[in-house]
Amino acid sequence: MTTFDFTFYAFSILTLLSASVMVFSKNLIHCAVGLLFAFFGIAGIYVLLAADFLAAVQVLIYVGGILVLLLFGVMLSQRIAGVNIETGTLQFIPALLVCGVVFAILTHLALKTRWSLMPLAEMAPTSRTIGNLLMTEYLLPFEIISILLLAALVGAAFMARREAR
Amino acid sequence: MLFDFASALIFMLVAAAFVGVNLVISRLLQPRNPTPGKEATYECGELPVGSGWIQFNIRFYVIALIFIIFDVEIVFLFPWAVVFKSLGLFAFVEMAVFIGILLVGLAYVWRKGDLEWDKPQTGKYSREAAPAYFEEASSSSLSYEKLESGNEVAV
Amino acid sequence: MQELIASILAGENFLSDVPPVLITVVFMSAAGLLFASLAAINALIAVYLERKVSAHMQDRLGPMEVGPHGTLQTLADAVKLLLKEDIVPQNADRFLHTLAPFLVFAAAIGALVALPYSSAFLFANFDIGVLFVISITSLTVIAIIIAGWASNNKWSLLGGMRSAAQIVSYEIPTALALLVIIMQVGSLNFQQIATAQTGWFWHWHVFQFFPFNLIAFLIFFVASLAEVNRTPFDLPEAESELVAGFMTEYSGFKWAVFMLSEYANMIVVTGVGAAVFLGAHQSPFGNFMNGGVWGVFWFVGKAYGLVLVQIWLRWTLPRLRVDQLMYTSWKVLTPFAFACIFAVGLWMIL
Repeated sequence: MTTFDFTFYAFSILTLLSASVMVFSKNLIHCAVGLLFAFFGIAGIYVLLAADFLAAVQVLIYVGGILVLLLFGVMLSQRIAGVNIETGTLQFIPALLVCGVVFAILTHLALKTRWSLMPLAEMAPTSRTIGNLLMTEYLLPFEIISILLLAALVGAAFMARREAR
Repeated sequence: MLFDFASALIFMLVAAAFVGVNLVISRLLQPRNPTPGKEATYECGELPVGSGWIQFNIRFYVIALIFIIFDVEIVFLFPWAVVFKSLGLFAFVEMAVFIGILLVGLAYVWRKGDLEWDKPQTGKYSREAAPAYFEEASSSSLSYEKLESGNEVAV
Repeated sequence: MQELIASILAGENFLSDVPPVLITVVFMSAAGLLFASLAAINALIAVYLERKVSAHMQDRLGPMEVGPHGTLQTLADAVKLLLKEDIVPQNADRFLHTLAPFLVFAAAIGALVALPYSSAFLFANFDIGVLFVISITSLTVIAIIIAGWASNNKWSLLGGMRSAAQIVSYEIPTALALLVIIMQVGSLNFQQIATAQTGWFWHWHVFQFFPFNLIAFLIFFVASLAEVNRTPFDLPEAESELVAGFMTEYSGFKWAVFMLSEYANMIVVTGVGAAVFLGAHQSPFGNFMNGGVWGVFWFVGKAYGLVLVQIWLRWTLPRLRVDQLMYTSWKVLTPFAFACIFAVGLWMIL
C-alpha cells in the first residue's frame, strides 16, 4: 500500500466517522463538530484528486461560511442537548429491505463504472485552467450563477427579516 | 503539489501534538483542587442568572448569510484574477457584469437595513411592549429633589 | 524543502534502507516541531514587545525584573501558565472545551506554513498560496464559536458570536484587497508575487498603480486588524465589557494556547501583507543585502514592522462599538475594495 493509498484511506475513514458522529449524536453542537471534520476530510480527498483550488474553496466556503451559518442557526434554536431528533419509524422491515436493495444497486454501480483515471504524475495546478474555462467555455453558467446568488441573497434576507418580526 | 499539502497537514498535526503534549505536561504539574466556587460560571462576581444559552439577535444569522453569498462571489473572483492579465477587455466586461449583479444585491441589503446591527427588536424593552419604560421624566414615578443650586437629583 | 529532502534521499548512504516515506515524514515532523516552537517563541517576543511598547507609550517602564530589561518575563509567564490549574466550569462541554485550543493553534500554524520566508528556502510553495492562507484562517472562526459555546457561560457565548461575526464580515474586504494585487501579478503563488516585486523599494506593489494599491493596502491592513481581534476591533475581548470574551472560562495552558494563536495569527496577517504588498523577502535596496538568508531577515523584519504598527494602534485608538464595526466593514471597506478592483482593472486594460 503506497503512501497515497494510506492517506486516502485515512481521510475516508475520517470523513465516514465524522459523518456518523453527525448523524447519530444527540447534541447538535457535536453534530456540527462532526460536520467540520467531515468537510475537512473531503477537502483532503480533493487534494488527493489534484483539485487544489477546490480543496481550498471547500474549506473556505463550507467550513468558514456554511458551518458558521449552521452554528449560528443552532444557537438560535431552543434546545440543543438531548434533542430527540429522530422521526418516528413506521414499517421497519420493508424499509430495511428497500434500503438493502438500494445499497446493493449503488455498490454494484460504483464497482462497475469505468471511472476516468489520471496518472499520478500529471497532477497540475488548476486555478489558471479554471479561470480560462470560466471566461470562455462556461461563461453562461458563470453569469447565471451571479443571478442565482442574487436571488439567494434577496430571498434569504427577506425571510430573515420576516423571522425578526 | 501533493508534497506542499502533505507538509501543511503534517505541520498542523504536529501543532496539535505540541498543544497536546504541553497539556499533558500541565496536567501532570498542576494542582487539582476543584471547589464549587471555582467551577461556577463566571459572571463578574455575581451569581449566575439563567442557563448557559441566550436567545440572541437574529443579526448574527443575517450577517453570516450575506457573508456566504459574498464569499462565493470572491471564490469566483480568484480564478478570474489569475487569468485577467492574459485575457484582456472581454474578461473584464464579463466580471464587471458578475460583480455588478452582486453589487445590486449589496445595495438591496443595505437599503433594506439588513446590515444594521442595533435594530430594536420587539422584546421586553421595546416601546410597544413596555411603555412604562419610556415614560417621560415629568410623569415618571421617580421623584426628583430640587437642591438650592437648582440641580435635580433622582431619588 | 522538497529539494532538501530529495538531496538527503539521494546523497546519504546509511539511510538508503529506510523507506523514503518515513524519512520524509520524520523530516517534516521535525520541521513542524521547530515551526511550532518558533511560533511559541514568536508569541513570547510579540508579548514582550507589546508590553514594552505600550509601557513606553504610556510613559512607564514595563517589565524590568526578570532578565535584563524584563526579556525573560514572558518565558516566566509561560512556565507559570503550565503550572496553573486547569479549571473547566461545571456543566461545560469538556470535550469541546479542550478541542477549541487545538483547532485554533493548528489553524494558525497551517497558515504560517505557506508564507514566503526566503527565495531559497520555503516550507511549502503552494500554487494557490494566497487562497490557502485565507481558507485556513477561516478555521479560526469555528474554533472561536466552539470555545464560546463550550464554556457554558452566556457572556463567553456572546463574545464568541460577536468575534465570529466580526471576523466573517472582515474576510470580504481582506480577500478583495488581496485580489487587487493578484490581478496585477497573475498568480496566487507567493513566490511569483515576490518575484514580481524585484528591484528597489519603489517596485513594491504598494507603490505601484498609485493610489489604488495604497488604498488596497490600507483596506487590507484595517481588515486584518479586525481578523485578529485587535483594537480598535477588539470588542470580543473587550476587557472592560466581557472580561475576556470567549476566553473567559479558560485557565492555565489552554488560555496560553489562545494567546499563542492570537499572536501567531497576527504574524500570519502581517506576513501576508508584507508578502503581497511590501515585497516579501526582497531587499528594499535592489540587490544589496539580497539573497537566501537575507530574505528571511527582510521578511521577518517587514512582518514585525507591521506588528509594531498594530501594537501602536492598539494603545492609541479607542475601541469601536459593534455596530460601528459592522458599518465599517460592509459600508466602507467593501465598496472601496470593489472600486479599487474596477479601477485597477480599467487601468490595466487601457
